[in-house]
Amino acid sequence: MKKALALLLTGLYAVSVWANQQPYDFPTLGSTYSSYAATVVGTLPEVAADLPEENPMSSSRIRIFEDRQVPDPFFFDETLRYSYAWQDEAAPLVFMIAGTGASHNGAKNVEMGKAFYHAGFHVVSISSPTYMNFIVSASENSVPGHAYEDAKDIYRVMEKIREKHKSRVEVTDYYVTGYSLGGFNAAFVTKLDEERQSFNFRKALLINPPVSLYNSISLLDRMSQNIPGGADNFDQFLNSLMDEVSKVYQKSDTVDMDGEFLFKAYKALDPNNEELAALIGVSFRLSSSSLIYTSDVINQYGFVVPSNVTMTRNSSPGDYMVVANQLGFTDYFHGFFYPYYKPQHPELDREGFARTMNLEALESYFKSSDKIEVMHNADDIILAPGEIDFFPRVFGDRAKIYPKGGHCGNMSHRDNVAHMISVFKN
Amino acid sequence: MSNNTNTLMRIFLVLVMGTFVSACSTNPRVDGDVADKAYYDAGKLVAKDGDYMVKDDYDPWEGFNRTMYRFNYHLDRYVLLPVVDGYQFITPDPVETGIHNFFNNIREIPTFFNSVFQLEFTKSYQTAGRFVTNTTVGLLGFLDAATYFGIPKHKEDFGQTLGYWGVGNGPYLVLPLFGPSSARDGIGLGVDTLMMSAVYNELDMKSEEELALMVMNGIDTRANTSFRYYETGSPFEYELVRELWLQKRKLDIEK
Repeated sequence: MKKALALLLTGLYAVSVWANQQPYDFPTLGSTYSSYAATVVGTLPEVAADLPEENPMSSSRIRIFEDRQVPDPFFFDETLRYSYAWQDEAAPLVFMIAGTGASHNGAKNVEMGKAFYHAGFHVVSISSPTYMNFIVSASENSVPGHAYEDAKDIYRVMEKIREKHKSRVEVTDYYVTGYSLGGFNAAFVTKLDEERQSFNFRKALLINPPVSLYNSISLLDRMSQNIPGGADNFDQFLNSLMDEVSKVYQKSDTVDMDGEFLFKAYKALDPNNEELAALIGVSFRLSSSSLIYTSDVINQYGFVVPSNVTMTRNSSPGDYMVVANQLGFTDYFHGFFYPYYKPQHPELDREGFARTMNLEALESYFKSSDKIEVMHNADDIILAPGEIDFFPRVFGDRAKIYPKGGHCGNMSHRDNVAHMISVFKN
Repeated sequence: MSNNTNTLMRIFLVLVMGTFVSACSTNPRVDGDVADKAYYDAGKLVAKDGDYMVKDDYDPWEGFNRTMYRFNYHLDRYVLLPVVDGYQFITPDPVETGIHNFFNNIREIPTFFNSVFQLEFTKSYQTAGRFVTNTTVGLLGFLDAATYFGIPKHKEDFGQTLGYWGVGNGPYLVLPLFGPSSARDGIGLGVDTLMMSAVYNELDMKSEEELALMVMNGIDTRANTSFRYYETGSPFEYELVRELWLQKRKLDIEK
């Protein structure tokens, strides 16, 4: 009897150990797994966290600068759009910052918002400082991408949103998170909070942040070199992509080009790594061209639109749009961003300036404070070789590195979602 | 973009809109005699004979279209979306789904006729099957029984019919309320609307009832369209929407 019981217990133990050591299961579409495929496809339903379909968050608008006059072509962006969901009773609040070029109601923040809301948090979702609406309505100088300036802008937005809703919502503690560039922003926002102490964030979670912003934008710009014929063939590439998708559409029996259709299209086309890299490059190129054009028009910097040319409400961007589409984030850095900030840091050369925009610049802070945690992937495509080691070295146990997932592809995976919540719950 | 516009159609619309079009220039304002050179100079970087798909869409009425695009944004923000929000707030979800199914069922009528006009007999047959099934088993269309039984759904309108018979898009056209369209599809929309009106007349509907139905149809359509004006995050939204819309129509006609 005793023996049988022992055997049973051993068996149970073995099973539980086996269960805990199950390799991280992250399937993707297409014939083989790659970090590019993971980045593009994201989390498949079979391994995704079980979250309700409905988005609990409502959208709203807020004026950030009382006397701001926006240029004519951006008349609709005078106020900042954001979204929120409140619990009925007092609860901790999570601020979520979106990634490069992404909005408060983009898919990743919505999924994250669902997870935190259903775990009992109030949630507030904020667009990236690189998103057009933020650049126009909430950026002090509308030249985004500066780690410290962006942090100040985000911090101001957070304070304004809190002020607006303070009579309705009771908050016990504040948390901040963000993915990709938003994760990077979250680090500098938390650092700023140490001085300002307006929120006294209990914890920050950085999801797939870059280590060096410059390295990451270089990698992303290089991905558009995968466009057949080079990045200048942007338009032709989009054209051929559209043709490919069209062929699938014509054969399929659906009338809507929805998520389900895109899934099918992906399976049918089964793109290889070069094509996927080109696709990722194109998506970032759309972000960089939007940012560049917006920032240029607001500041009349003469980068793409000559400084004595004023765009009106009805102006067609025409050739300026074609030029903006040819420009990546590194072009912005060298021709606009660095020269713009240079007078503030005359002692720094380009490289030195780029280095101040590194997570490494906050290394001693990360080591001295245990409130910041990281969730990352070993195969993230926005990191240069070896950069991933920065996280375990500096954060120790506070860095959770998954073996797969590419860039933010696994954020909806049940293990990742459980981890995100546990970081803020403990 | 194709230039084989139906000439009559073109003359008609130019007459109607000529006044608007000439009123709104799409050129930026230049201070001084000539534009300076930008850091990245468009004069050097844009090939004169280059193939730039988004820029090259046929849009001679751009000034009018941009004005109308803005008008639609305001209409959306101050009228339609508040109404849709109110509707969704007071209507329980299952009822909302039922109403959506009901209107989808009515929308099978133009699809049916247009499938016939395009000699697409499988589509006509299936669409008729869907309509009969949903009107009877689906309780006047409130339940989508046809989808449950696996009868494929199609969508055909008179713009597609014209396209099928070789009529080109004509100029891109942003319609008030309805949004992106083309000269051809604007006319198609008019024909489809007349067709529906004829159906309502057959049913001996009073004009108030017909109006109520049309308003509800509009609310339901807006409630089920996720697009929001000026929320793509792109300063080139007008161009992107135009491009995507033209591509999608091209596919719908070929399908």
